[in-house]
Amino acid sequence: MRQTVDAVVIGAGVVGAACAYYATRAGLAVAVVDRGSPAGGTTGAGEGNLLVSDKPPGPELDLAQLSAGLWRDLAAQLPEGIEYEAKGGVVVAADDTEWSALRRMAAGQAAAGVVVREVPADRLPDLEPHLAPGLAGAVHYPQDAQVQPALAASRLLRAAQNSGAALHLREAVTEVLVTPAGRIDGVRTPHRELKAPVVVNATGTWSAQIAALAGTTLPVMPRKGFVLVTEPLPRVVRHKVYAAAYVADVASDSASLQTSPVVEGTPAGPVLIGSSRERTGFDRTLSTEALRRMADSAVTLFPILAQVSVLRAYHGFRPYLPDHLPAIGADPRVPGLHHACGHEGAGIGLAPATGLLLAQALTGEKPSLDLAPFRPDRFESEVQHA
Amino acid sequence: MPTSPAEPSGAPYDLAVVGAGPAGLAAAVTAADAGLTVALVDAEPRPGGQYYRHPAPGLGARRPEALHHGWPAFTTLETRLRQHKQVGRVRHLPGRQVWTIQQSCDHAGRWTLLTTATVPPHDRAAPGDQNTGEAPGESVPAHHLLLATGTYERQLPFPGWTLPGVVGAGGAQAMIKSGLVLPGRRVIVAGSGPLLLAAAASLSAAGARVPYVLEASSYLPYARRPGPLLRNLGKLAEGARHAAALARRRVGLRTRTAVVQAHGTDRVTGVTVARLDGDWRPLPGTEQHLSCDALAVGHGLVPQLELAVELGCATRTAPDGTPALVVDSFLRTSVEGVWAAGETNGVGGAQLALCEGELAAHAVAAAAHGETTAARTAAALRTRATRLRAFADLMARVHRPGPAWPQWLRGDTEICRCEEIDASSVREAVDTFGAGDTRTAKLLTRAGMGWCQGRMCGPAVSCLVSGDGSAPVSADRRPLSRPVPLVQLARHRPQGRP
Repeated sequence: MRQTVDAVVIGAGVVGAACAYYATRAGLAVAVVDRGSPAGGTTGAGEGNLLVSDKPPGPELDLAQLSAGLWRDLAAQLPEGIEYEAKGGVVVAADDTEWSALRRMAAGQAAAGVVVREVPADRLPDLEPHLAPGLAGAVHYPQDAQVQPALAASRLLRAAQNSGAALHLREAVTEVLVTPAGRIDGVRTPHRELKAPVVVNATGTWSAQIAALAGTTLPVMPRKGFVLVTEPLPRVVRHKVYAAAYVADVASDSASLQTSPVVEGTPAGPVLIGSSRERTGFDRTLSTEALRRMADSAVTLFPILAQVSVLRAYHGFRPYLPDHLPAIGADPRVPGLHHACGHEGAGIGLAPATGLLLAQALTGEKPSLDLAPFRPDRFESEVQHA
Repeated sequence: MPTSPAEPSGAPYDLAVVGAGPAGLAAAVTAADAGLTVALVDAEPRPGGQYYRHPAPGLGARRPEALHHGWPAFTTLETRLRQHKQVGRVRHLPGRQVWTIQQSCDHAGRWTLLTTATVPPHDRAAPGDQNTGEAPGESVPAHHLLLATGTYERQLPFPGWTLPGVVGAGGAQAMIKSGLVLPGRRVIVAGSGPLLLAAAASLSAAGARVPYVLEASSYLPYARRPGPLLRNLGKLAEGARHAAALARRRVGLRTRTAVVQAHGTDRVTGVTVARLDGDWRPLPGTEQHLSCDALAVGHGLVPQLELAVELGCATRTAPDGTPALVVDSFLRTSVEGVWAAGETNGVGGAQLALCEGELAAHAVAAAAHGETTAARTAAALRTRATRLRAFADLMARVHRPGPAWPQWLRGDTEICRCEEIDASSVREAVDTFGAGDTRTAKLLTRAGMGWCQGRMCGPAVSCLVSGDGSAPVSADRRPLSRPVPLVQLARHRPQGRP
């Protein structure tokens, strides 16, 4: 079977869904192809964080701020619920050193337009009654929010379909078609050939393989993380609460195991506990050491959770790029190839901005943000040296 | 060489057995006979598993054997277990569940079982309750591992199945054996599988009136394949004994018939039954109302494979559509150092479990003693196990759910009881949002995210996702094989004990 569209989006995770959604709304004929089901990769393993709090001023924060507004709009526009909740984030400092570093970061974020509220230690119980005593202070970020990622991705895809996008699930792309002149010409799957002048690589942690199929490179690597899910509880944790050390862990380049506590309640009842990071390839075995450290630090933050049962533990592979920024936009090495991937642990939060920017690039509209920091070919020299 | 004492000193055991049902119990005792030190970990307070279930001590039951076949075989094993415990060959860890098994890289035993205390749901602490005596997690190191983790019951939903008074067929058996209580006075037994006859026999022996046993399959295929039947005359006799007992108590047996709806407001008061075609499709016009005050329903058993799957043991789809471990004739799994016995290798009943437990123990002992093949005594056991397994496979084929059973569901029929998700939500996830597997269906509906983690609704969700009621039950990955209190996750000691 042979079909022609304006753009093929590979990947039915939240980023691919957002690309399809905004490109379809911009008037393009779009086909989405995925080897599995919607949200089958890292999207389905995510907690659904839409965070500004963990990003220092810079291009990623700009992207997060653009996205925060888009998620608010989407929550109102998508017909079915995506469990959007503007719960706010609370970053806690264990001691005075952390507290002064946290306040410095918050001041910089405030200058960039983020709403921040310093919370001295004696006011913490008003915000989070069950936090352990003895913390030095915290910063409250009311703009931090959450969605249920699989619901969000599937509803975005459905909305794109309703506007005319085609969805081909459980079909792996076996070939990226390129003209003799080196331009993108579409993709092939076991069931069809999709002719298109544009292919969008939105395959998250597996983006390096699609880049390779298109004849180029993108150094995306898996950065594994575990999540613990407790039994359903009444709302004992009101915000997304995490330790100031989390920001340093996220920004670190280490391959070895790092853990920093992230604890949050959900509308459905269970408390989610993160976070761990390690670069061990696509290793699926349970790291009891990661679980032990996550559980230990969660109980330290919230002693009330000690006897609560963990029902489930699962892992996901964050798509990691060496400078912790995503690749968004046209790849100058292969005309017609675009990337929307490498968002590491922030893909749910950054998806709408990514989709919007990509749609703007495809239609030649002026982009809402400068795409230079996200250029897909920025690792070219490193790759050649490696 | 097996020399270490079976004491909680931190030294690894020669063998750790998970599960003290017929297979695990037989294995532990046989391995200890062969000179191995054994740790026997089991969730229940007393050995015997689901099959040899004990009456609660407070009830003063004088003749528990009246409800069991093969009780003498069990008491013999229990006595031998007691003797081995006294001399320190076997350490029995009752009331403990293994939540994960670590593979070690050092020489402190290849396997480490991380365990937590079994806590009945009603004894569980409320969040923040500091007064509960915290049972510490305990880790058990061992050189060899034998999984005998048994089964749980397969439930296929139907309108009304969540009404009080509707119980599992196996659950009804367990209620009688452990609590000596009846789920009702007039109990209809329905579903599919040999457990129905056993449950009906137990229920009537305990004093309930069982007007009907409704079996969704036809028994004809047994007659069409007489080979395994003739080679298993004991099984035939067991079936005949059940059938005779049921006839004596005026229990009507109907095949190709299912309960398609349970009625009642506070409690089940009756059921609608219908004849089924060969695909388990209810035949229009055959519906009939039957009154009852309890319904015991079950569709066979599903092997409990969480620990094995997480260790990487290969699985196969058994003829009844359930997942089972792949084992060789010495009951070795695909992972070196791991053996499996009993229902984990495919549902086959207590006799097969006893036989395989013994056989696996011989194989482990041979491996521990550095021999390449098990002792000659194992040859007879192998023959017997093969014969019983052939019969189990025949039985499994007969009772595999038909492809059309989902037709008796209504849109508002609850599929996932923990999260209260109905059939139309699951179908919407599939038809509208593209879910093509149980994981995505779970993510989009929450079906399977509750306390039971999909053990109850998993088989039904697989069928709805694939649109085929005969779809294989997937061997789900559950890295935590049971819920673990956060504080125990936080405090478990990493491997490499002093």
